Parts: sequence; structure tokens; C-alpha cells
Amino acid sequence: MLIIDCPWCGKRPEIEFRYGGEAHIARPADPSALSDEEWAEFLYNRTNPKGLHAERWRHIHGCGRYFNAVRDTVSDFFVVTYKAGEQRPENLGPDVDGASIGGDK
Amino acid sequence: MQKFSGFELFRRALGGHKSWQPQWRSPEPKAEYDVIIVGAGGHGLAAAYYLAKEHGITNVAVIERGWLGGGNTGRNTTIVRSNYLFDESAALYEHAVKLWEGLSADLNYNVMYSARGVLMLAHNHHDEISFKRHVHSNRLNGVDNEWLTAEQVKEFCPPLNITSMRYPIIGGALQRRGGTARHDAVAWGFARAADARGVDIIQNCEVKAIRRGPSGAVEGVETTKGFIRAKKIGVSAAGHTSVVMAMAGLRMPLESYPLQALVSEPVKPAFPTVVMSNTIHAYISQSDKGEMVIGAGTDAYTSYSQRGALHITTHTLDAICELVPQFRRLRMLRNWGGIVDVTPDRSPIIAKTPVPGLYVNCGWGTGGFKATPGSGNVFAHTIARDAPHPINAPFTLERFRDGFLIDEAAAAAVAH
Amino acid sequence: MTNRFRTPSGGRIDRATPVSFRFDGKTFTGYRGDTLASALIANGVHLVGRSFKYHRPRGFISAGSDEPNALVNVVRDGARQAPNLRATQVEIYEGLKAESQNRWPSLGFDAGAVNDLFSPFLPSGFYYKTFMWPAGAWKRFYEPKIRAMAGLGVAPTLPDPDRYTQNYAHCDVLVVGAGPAGLAAALAAASSGAKVILVDEQAEFGGSLLSETTAIIEGKPTADWLADTLANLAAKDNVTLLPRTTAFGYFPHNLIALAERVTDHLAAPGADLPRERLWQVRAKEVVLATGALERPLVFPENDRPGVLLADSGRTYLNRYGVRPGERAVIFTACDAGYRAALDLKAGGVAIAAIADLRSELTGELPTHALKAGIDVRPSTVVTGTSGRLRVSGASLAKVKHGTVGPSESVACDVVLMSGGFTPSVHLFSQSRGKLVWDGAAGAYLPGTSVERERSAGASRGLSGLQRVLEDGYAQGEAAAKAARDFTSPARGQTPAPAESSRSIPASAEDLGTDGFIGATPHSRNPAFVKAFVDWQNDVTAKDIKLATREGFRSIEHVKRYTTTGMATDQGKTSNMNALGIVSEALDTPVPQIGLTTFRPPFTPTTFGIFAGEARGDLFDPLRKTAIHDWAAEHGAAFEDVSLWKRAHYFPRAGEDMHAAVARECKAVRASVGLFDASTLGKIEVVGPDAAEFMNRIYTNAWAKLEPGRLRYGVMLREDGFVMDDGVVGRLAPDRFHVTTTTGGAPRVLAHMEDFLQTEWPDLDVWLTSTTEQWAVIAVQGPKAREVIAPLIEGIDLSKEAFPHMSVREGRICGVPTRLFSVSFTGELGFEINVPAEYGRSVWEAVYAAGERFGITPYGTEAMHVLRAEKGYIIVGQETDGTATPDDVGLGWAVGKAKKDFVGKRSLARAAFSAPDRKQLVGLRTTDPRVVLEEGAQIVTDPSAPIPVPMLGFVTSSYNSAVLGRSIALAMIKGGRARIGQKLTVPMETHAIEVEVVEPVFYDPKGERLNG
Repeated sequence: MLIIDCPWCGKRPEIEFRYGGEAHIARPADPSALSDEEWAEFLYNRTNPKGLHAERWRHIHGCGRYFNAVRDTVSDFFVVTYKAGEQRPENLGPDVDGASIGGDK
Repeated sequence: MQKFSGFELFRRALGGHKSWQPQWRSPEPKAEYDVIIVGAGGHGLAAAYYLAKEHGITNVAVIERGWLGGGNTGRNTTIVRSNYLFDESAALYEHAVKLWEGLSADLNYNVMYSARGVLMLAHNHHDEISFKRHVHSNRLNGVDNEWLTAEQVKEFCPPLNITSMRYPIIGGALQRRGGTARHDAVAWGFARAADARGVDIIQNCEVKAIRRGPSGAVEGVETTKGFIRAKKIGVSAAGHTSVVMAMAGLRMPLESYPLQALVSEPVKPAFPTVVMSNTIHAYISQSDKGEMVIGAGTDAYTSYSQRGALHITTHTLDAICELVPQFRRLRMLRNWGGIVDVTPDRSPIIAKTPVPGLYVNCGWGTGGFKATPGSGNVFAHTIARDAPHPINAPFTLERFRDGFLIDEAAAAAVAH
Repeated sequence: MTNRFRTPSGGRIDRATPVSFRFDGKTFTGYRGDTLASALIANGVHLVGRSFKYHRPRGFISAGSDEPNALVNVVRDGARQAPNLRATQVEIYEGLKAESQNRWPSLGFDAGAVNDLFSPFLPSGFYYKTFMWPAGAWKRFYEPKIRAMAGLGVAPTLPDPDRYTQNYAHCDVLVVGAGPAGLAAALAAASSGAKVILVDEQAEFGGSLLSETTAIIEGKPTADWLADTLANLAAKDNVTLLPRTTAFGYFPHNLIALAERVTDHLAAPGADLPRERLWQVRAKEVVLATGALERPLVFPENDRPGVLLADSGRTYLNRYGVRPGERAVIFTACDAGYRAALDLKAGGVAIAAIADLRSELTGELPTHALKAGIDVRPSTVVTGTSGRLRVSGASLAKVKHGTVGPSESVACDVVLMSGGFTPSVHLFSQSRGKLVWDGAAGAYLPGTSVERERSAGASRGLSGLQRVLEDGYAQGEAAAKAARDFTSPARGQTPAPAESSRSIPASAEDLGTDGFIGATPHSRNPAFVKAFVDWQNDVTAKDIKLATREGFRSIEHVKRYTTTGMATDQGKTSNMNALGIVSEALDTPVPQIGLTTFRPPFTPTTFGIFAGEARGDLFDPLRKTAIHDWAAEHGAAFEDVSLWKRAHYFPRAGEDMHAAVARECKAVRASVGLFDASTLGKIEVVGPDAAEFMNRIYTNAWAKLEPGRLRYGVMLREDGFVMDDGVVGRLAPDRFHVTTTTGGAPRVLAHMEDFLQTEWPDLDVWLTSTTEQWAVIAVQGPKAREVIAPLIEGIDLSKEAFPHMSVREGRICGVPTRLFSVSFTGELGFEINVPAEYGRSVWEAVYAAGERFGITPYGTEAMHVLRAEKGYIIVGQETDGTATPDDVGLGWAVGKAKKDFVGKRSLARAAFSAPDRKQLVGLRTTDPRVVLEEGAQIVTDPSAPIPVPMLGFVTSSYNSAVLGRSIALAMIKGGRARIGQKLTVPMETHAIEVEVVEPVFYDPKGERLNG
């Protein structure tokens, strides 16, 4: 069970959260303008990287908020979590998620 | 290929088994092949075998990052069944079951296909309707599957608790021809038989890039053992498909999830069949060795870590202890994880891709083992003919664009 | 029975408390503090099991959790049986009953041992090469035989009556292993004030110290030092001591799973105690002081009862006061053999000889042995043993320049072997730390860490008691410090070698790191020799060589082909030797062979602790409505609908479900019925942008819905398929009362939150789940208005003022209500929403008010029939996740003029306008008495060859008592164009003729809705 650092509540165990899939896939402003290929790309295609992955989580048994995280999918360790709507932090180092527990905000 | 038989075993025993030869070679890669299969799991090896056997294409390499059969083939819980709802799926899995039934003889390798029945439990009215829909559809498609009442469930599988539980069992769907097989033997049997027909199985060789020519068509793969040329590349890399396809510049409708399994310590025969409960999320069978083989659905988040979370295992064993309360005193011997690639409609993709010469077989989710021979068979056809076999024709990439999904999961969805 | 092999004094057993127990029906006596193994050895019993494949007689190899042979079934009573327990870990209690396994008819004479004679034909992987002829014989003949032979113990057949519980804990420093390193680590961490948990799998803390008789630590005899240390730790409030507790799993973010065995060692466990307890400990820092495991030597016939590990032999003597035999041969590759020999000699065991693989004997211990007059033979191997159910002799031969000379037989009744020690890196490896091969130590040692942990003592390859103690202390101090300064990342770093601030002088011989990996040489024909690598699975050195010959070169392949390391000890005794044999066979260095992955659990772990109390009613949360108890009191039968218990029907005396449902349906149509609809999901959608939000989420248009009105809404997934439906009331311009299906509520709320938070954060809307806040009482039938009218205040119920599909706020029975005029039956109907705590009292008031009309409570089955008569769909029954709104006749609910809503774009894809989409229709059987089976398929020609083309399937089917005939709903390809056609529903034994009809069977004009 991972420890996840909710940007609003701090570190909590994984069972308080629900995974929300890849982050930063914005719904097109006008879906009707998209070709079937483009719509399928939005709807179904995923990066699914082996390594750093920007993804959504919802603190469903907590504040209820969606937020984003970058996690290393090989180690499952988080690099950073950040609020929905914020840009994915750049130049992230390797999967150093030092303060995995304790140090509550 | 040295023949395997009781007589040969006896004969070579007299010589202290000194005369057995390697079951497959460990060749260095040639400069060029007609076909390269990426991934020496059951599916990839089967594709190579059928390319050689049915299509006469023997200049084939199967390239494997680790050791053959070391991915999901060697980690899965080996359930084989074909009682799928939709015509497309039923045809695909039934094709596989028919091959399973003759596979040991075909490969001259005992894959221990054990048709001990697969029993899916119904716990509520929704399950009952869904299973009956499967039973009727299967019968008309020539796939065996039958509805059992709760009493018949108990009779077929006496160790099951059917009443004193949170969600009592109200019946079940039984496919008698379903069962299990020995996973390693499947990989090894296909490897040996493919090798004997000239296929090079190149282990410990990681694909680093897929090279495409000016026309966009594939030209070969860069590997840790150098560049290997081929005009046709079949990717059969299971959980790593997205990673490999990205090398050819393709984004896939796939996500890779951890899937856990566990076994108990071995005990004398105590569980006669394969039992699955989608409603309370667990399945169980007993291996030839006596271990209870147990699994459930995937973990919650995408991962390549090849391990799962403790609370998922815990939930799986909640369900097993609910179904078979006398097994509470059994002990978990080993718990492990694999990486499964899941499509949006939970059905596989066995198809050509937008890149000429690149073919993909992926998206088997939690249930790929059962399809191994059938999948390899039609994938070989697709690669050899550059066109799908009628059985895998619906399992395209384009179905996601056009909406022609084959959504077994939705159709069998848990109660709404 | 006597304790013939018990020493006159010594050991940690309680000689004042004899304990009698039974093994295979015979009564024996031991002492409190004995394990089943030590007590049996004290009685001269070494034969305790049979091997998996060849059924060879087997005895104890070890004294701990690595034991592969001595597995027993411990029987408390009929339901309380535990197979495959290690006799070396089973603590005896008065009346304990244990049985050997995998033998018939008896342990001494086992018919299965015939396999041993055929063993030349049963090399590893033999089953892959045979049993393929004739076709079908595998399933009918071979497999059942193989299965009957396989397996070890017998699974219990009665439900386990014991309880298992689960604890969660946090600590600063978790120390795994309470041997010298672990004790020192715990002391150090605890002294600094850290919150410490110390666990050890054994009943007593002390680890190797428990077998130590001569060492002096800090000036005290070991036993005194140990007692003082434990007393010191026990006195500290910040220390939790957990004996009999195995740290079995290391999970991400320093989550360690522990299994505590609470009652298995008690003769009469209190009913209040769980049998075992699962601990999930989140530790800031972990110290792994898991010690090292002694390696067996792989030599011919090394499996006879009486052949055991040297240090285990010493443990039996020193800790339990038991001589493992009378005359011992020692075969060793390190100084541990000498230490055991010297202790055993002092304990009264004759030492026939020490065969040492090494040619040069330089250490202190060999010198002592020579001084003690022991026959020490360097460069000597054991080339075989004799004896049937117990070893009776060993053959010793000199090795010169790699050649094994002639052998000499030496009589003995015990052979002690030592191939050196393998650090226990299981948990380190589970934590994903990188192991590093240390050529000098001949072992894999912990390298780079991934989690916040550090290894201490023998588990990181250290030897020598003082070094181990001081290293433990240093690691404990470092861990406590790291837990305090919880900022620096631990990932990707190797913990710096720590220096102990405390000197812990200890006098004990340093065994060093000598050892041997692989199979020892002999001059016999290898084809006819069994030198065991994996005892339990009967894997011999020649099996492993055969695997390499057959092309299995990776250690994972060798493991799987031969099954070495797959026994219940998971390779603790076998893995390193297997690696050595493969390395030699392939002439490849060990680190290039690879290493099999260490998987949890460290030792087998009871299923029950994972399940804990999650069984029966506690398996899943159970949701009950406010009216549940009333329904139960009125005889309702319940059904499970998601987590809810819903009243299914209300049978009266003598009624079956069929009769009850028919009566309930008729009552609703003729007069009035009462239905508990509280399980419907409810979400309050509030805010200035609520209507815009609803527009985007639902297919329908909401802007023009006036406050006070209801509308049926349909919601799609973004992929265009129907996700949920429900009636929505607009209470105010900025307030909607949304209802969902019973099972769909959480999914719908999550879906709404997802879009609101992440796609449309600009919308000013709040979503609140109100499912539990409202009890919902449906009053349905022509008399519905008359029933509720006297109870309602502040709402004009007249048809004109309160038309169908309206919502009003007012009071009922003095309680605030949101009253819906809505019908899921086709009759005049109301749904009374009241605060849940008033649900039952309002229900009872309505029931009382309805008595004069014969008001009839009805359940979900009648509800289903009534709605099917009207052709109303149920999402999840008519839809299955592959249906579009148009498929199920809800095309009218899709706002065509709306520019966008969730799922709209997907509806424009090719598949969504395919002509053969399945569409909702009604079916009428030609024979009105025939009720179709839900799920049955529909075809045009049932005699068509397989595969028979299928048109669709029956989604709902009932006997309609009101209509006096069966009715059914179905999804059929191009169904609406087939209305009027005759089709067939083929059953297994017969075919049923049906006519495709409109999906509304009752009151097609909807005239009854208004009463």
C-alpha cells in the first residue's frame, strides 16, 4: 500500500485514494471538430510509459479532490504530486521519493 | 528433434540420461530474418511455431529480453476456457481450446492440459442472467457451457461453501472442457518445436529500437546484440507492448496493470475444478503439484513493477476464505505479480498496424494464457499473409476508432 | 517412553514441566520449551516424513523455519488441523497431536517408496516427456494418479472455527530478527528514545545466542546477557516485543507485514484469543537483522534420517539438551562443523570423524578439535551413506588433486554437515534492494537500498559475535537517527557503514566466511547416485545437470524445470547449491547464472490472517434502508443489490415467490402498493452553473426545465454507451435533486466530480451525495393520492397543481418532504423523500393510512414486473455497457440541438449507426403460459448449422399476473423493423416461438399515470 501525498491533505495511505488514469489529457473544446482518429486518440490511446508517469488520483475518502502525480511505474515511487490544473513539473529527477511517510503537512 | 515418449525416457534412463540434447539451441542472431517476433512468451513462440509449421516460414527469430517464458506465461494461473459471450471472442478462444486439446501430441511435449472444468459462480440475479446469456450463446456457437443450480454447483465442487456467506451462491456456469495447463511446458514445448523447425530463439537480447525505412516500413530492430534486419516484425510483448510500439512511433490503446497471483503449500487433492467468482473477485484451482493456485483482478494503478499491493492480496484471500472456509488454515507459499496490458474493451488486438511490416498481438489483459495456441496460430497467419485470419479479423486496432468494440467486460459487468 | 537422548542437564527447556504429546498415534514425553523436533529427537525419533516424489524416508535437517523435510499435520480437533507445519517450529503442549504426511500405510513402510526404485525413469521434467499416449489417457489415467501422488499434507475439510485479527502499527524503527544483531539494534534505537518494534519468528528471543553456551558478552555468560537485555527492552515503554512473529513481506514505502502466531503453542487457548494476527507496520526505518542460514552439503545419500545441519545439531544439544545421536560423522566446508563437533563431544556424543573439504585447517576451532583428539581429515569428502530409516554409516574418501580416492566406511548414527552460511537477504530483496555477489564471502549481500532499511550482522555477511553485536548496535543507532531526521532521501543509496558508539566485547569463535557451494565430488557413477539439492522436492545434483544439458541455462529455467527451490522452504536450503551446480555445469561464474526472485512470504503464511474478520456479514459492508427492519418484521425475503439488502417480495403464509409477486402486482394495478425505493442513488447538484453542468453531463437538455418539474435523464460514458439513468428534479434554478440507479450512485458521483473538477473547473457547482440522507417511499397505484393526501401539509396534490413529473417541498406527518409525482409502474404514483431518520415512521403512517385501500407492500421483483409491463428499462438489465440511448429506445432523451455533452462525439462513430445494432423490443410467446428464460438467445432459424446466427437475447422476462400471460423485453438486431415478425428462442431441448412486439405491454397510451 503506497503512501500518497495529497496536495491538500498531506500523506495518506493508498486505500483513501482512487486512481484516475493518465493526466493532462484535456477534453477537446469542440469534440465535433475532431476526426474519428483524433477522437479515438483522445478517448483510448495512452502513453503507458515504463518510467515517469503523470497521472491523476482522487482523494476519494478524504478531501474528494482530484490531483496529479508523477510516479515511476517501475518502482511505484512518487516523484511529486501537484494540484489539478497545474503544469507537470519539468526536469524531474529520477524516482527519488524520499519522504514517503511521516513529515505530515 | 529428439522424440519424447515413455519409451525414450526408459531407453535413455539406462544410459543415465546422458544422451538428452538441449531442447532448443542458443543461437547468435543472424543478420537478417524473414520475420522477427519480439517476445518469447507463449504467444510469440506459438506464432513462430505456426509460421514455420503452417506457412513454411522458418527463417524466423524470436527475440527475448530475458529468458523465454519468463513473463506472463510463467506467472499466470493457467486457466483455459472458451465460454465467451460474443461470437468474435467465442470463435477465437474456441479455436484455442481445440488446439489445446491436441497440443501435447502436436508439440510432442506434455503440456498437461487438464480439462477439469471451469465453474463460474453466480451470486445474484444479475450474474444469473449474464451467465445464462453466455450459456445460450455458447451453445449456439458450438461451445460447451451449462448452467448449474446451487445444488449442482455444490455437487460438482463439494468443497465450496454455497450458503453461509455474504453473497450466497445461487448457481454457476460450467464449461467442462475448460481447465488448466502447465504454463512452463507450453512455452518450452512451443520453443522446442519451433527451434526444431529452424526458428532462432534469441534470449537475453533486448530490443532497443525499431528501424523504419523511408517509406515508413520496418527494416529491422536494434538490439543489445546488434541490428537485426527483417521486413516483418510481430510484437508479442504483453505488458511491455506500449514500450515496444513506441519505438515504432505508435501510441496504443493500452494500459499496463499489475496482476497478482499466489499459491498455497501443496496438499493432497482437495479441489476438483477451477472456480471463478467475478462478483467477489477471486478464482482458485489446484495444480498437479497440489498447490492451490489463486488470483483475482488487476491492481488499481498502472505499473511495471511486477508486484502488487498487500491489500489486494488480502481482499483476494477474503474471497477465497469465504468460498472455501476450510482453506483458512492453508498457507500462502508464494505471491507474485505480472504486468498485463489492458485494452479499453478488454479484448485483445491481433492485427496489422499503420506501420507497414509491423504486426501486433497484445491487450490480453488478465486472460491471455488460455488463448496461447489460438492466438499464435492466427497471428502467424496475419504475419505470413499480411492479412488477418477470419478469426482475428474483428480484433483490429481500428475498432477503437470506429466503435466496433468487443466488450466482454461490459457485457458481463458486475451488477449495476 | 524415555528421553534416552536427553542430556542430564543443560538447555533452555523447563525440565520441571514434562509435556506428553502424540506423534503418529504414539505417546511421547518432552519438556516445556521443546519443539516437536527436539522432543522427538530426544526420544530417538529421526524418521518423520517422506519426500514429495520418491517417498524416501526423511528426518530433520534443521532446527528452524528452513526445514524442508519434517512437515507434520497438527490436529487440535476435527476442524482445527494444520497441514505442512514444520516440526522444528511446532512448540509442544500437553496433549498435542501430530501426524506425519505423504505416506501410506505408515511412515516406516510407505508403499509410495516404490517410486524410489523407478527413480531412474523419473528425472526432472519426466512428465513433460511422457504420458502423451494414448490420446485422452492423460486426463483419465495419468493425471489423476500424479495428482494423488503429489501434495504433501491433507487440507482440512471442515470450516476453520478460529478467529484471525489484524493490527496496524507505526514505529520509528522496526527491527526484524532478535538475534545478537537485532537485539543490539533494538537496544541502540530504544535508548535514543525511538519507538521500536522488535520481531522474531521464534518463541524465544535470542537467535543464535540461544544455542550459545560458552560465549561471554560484556563479562556475562550469554544466557545472563540475553536475559538482562530482554528485561531491559521489556521495561521500556517505547519498545514492543513480538515473539512468534514472522516478518513475511516487505511492501513499498516501508510497509512490513508480520504474522504473529498467538495460540498454536497453547494447550487450551482462551476463546478470546485469535489464532494468529496480521500486523501491517509502517516503519520510518527498518533494520534487517535476519541472520544467516546454514547450507547443507550436496553429497550422495545426504538425505537419510540422521543427516542434519551441523549448527542445527548443535542447537538441539545446547538449546534443547538433546543429543542428535550417539556417534557422529561431521562433513564440513567451514569451521561450523568443528564448533558443533566440539560441543557435541562435550555433550557426550562420540565424534567418529570430521571430513573437511578444505585442505588447510588454520582456524582456532580445527586446532581445538585436534587437541581434543578428534579424527580430523582434511581434503576429505563423504561419498555416500548407509542405513534405511536412519543413517548407519558414512563413506569417507580423500580428494587429491581433484581426484576422489577410495572410500572408507565409518559407522555412525548421525551425520552433521555444514557448507557455510548464506545471509538471509529475503526481505532486503523483497524491498527491491540490489543484491551484490561477494566472491570472497561466496554469497549475495545487500547492496543498494531502495527502501529506508539497513541490514545488520550476519544478514550482511558479517561473522564473529562481537562484530555482529557492534554492527547491530551501530545500525540501530543509525536507524534511530535517520528516523529523527526524516528528510534525506534513502532511495538509491547504500547506507553508510555505521560505527557503533558502544563497544560490546564478546568472546566467541569467529567462524569466518568459508564455505562451499555446489555438489561435493565423489567417484561413484553419477547416474546412479542421489545427492539431494532440494530435499522436499527430491531434486538431485544430476537433475540439475540434466536440466543444463537440455538447454535450461537461466537459473529461473533450471528452477522451473527441476522444481529446485520451489518446495515449501522456497529454496532456503537449496538455492545456493543449485546455483553452484549450474555454475559448474555451464562453466560460468555464479553471478552470471542469475538469481531467482525472492517473493513474499518469507515463510508460508496462513490464509486466515489475510481474511481476518472479513467473512459472512463482515465480508463486505452491508447497507440497509431505514425501512429494512419493518420489511424484515413483515416477512420480506431479501435480495442483494450491490451492497444493499433489498426487500425482494413479501410472501404471506403459504405463498411462494410467484404467488406473492402476482398478488403484489395486482394490488398496485388495482388499488395501491408501497415500495421502499431508498436505495436509489441521490446527488444534490447545486450552484449558479448547475443547469449548465447538467447539460454537459446528461444527454437531455435541462435549461428549460422549470423548478418544480422532474425529468428522466440519461447519462453516457464518454465512449457513447449508456452509463446510468434516473429521474431528476429541479428544485430551484440552481438546485437539482438527481437520482441514479441503486448500484450506480458512487460511479455516477465520481464521473460527475471528474468532469467538474478536471474539465470544467470554471463551473460553479457543488455535488453532494445524499443517498443516505433520504428515505424514499414509493406509493403507487390508482389510490395513491387518496392514501397520502391526509398526511401531506403544504402541497396541493390536485392533478392540475401537481401534475405527473413534478416535485414539491412540503411536510408529511409533520416531517419535511420532497414529494415527487413519478411512476415506475405506469400507475399514478408518488415518491416521498423524507429524512432517513423519519423513514420508518412515515412509512408506517402511509401504511396505516392505506389500510382501508388494502395497501400492499411490494418488493423489487414486483417492481421489475410492473416496469417491464410498461417497457421501462433498467440500466444494467436492458443495457449491458454496449448499448446506446437509441438502442434502448431512449433516442428521444438525447438533446439533438445540444452542441456537446459527455459521449456525444462517440455517437457519431461508424458503429453507432450500423444497421444491425440491437434494439429494444417486446416479445410475446405464442403460448402465453411460457415464460422465456432471461438471457436466452433469439434466432430466425434454430435448425441452422452451428454456429447459429443469433439476432439478440431476452433481457427481462416475467409472468404478468395482470395481463394473464408472459411478457418479455429483448435486444434484437434491427429489432424495431422486425415488429410483427415471428422469431424463435431456441432452448437446449426445444424451441419457443415468439412474436416481436412494441416493448409496452400495459396501458400503451399512459392514461393511468394521472390516476
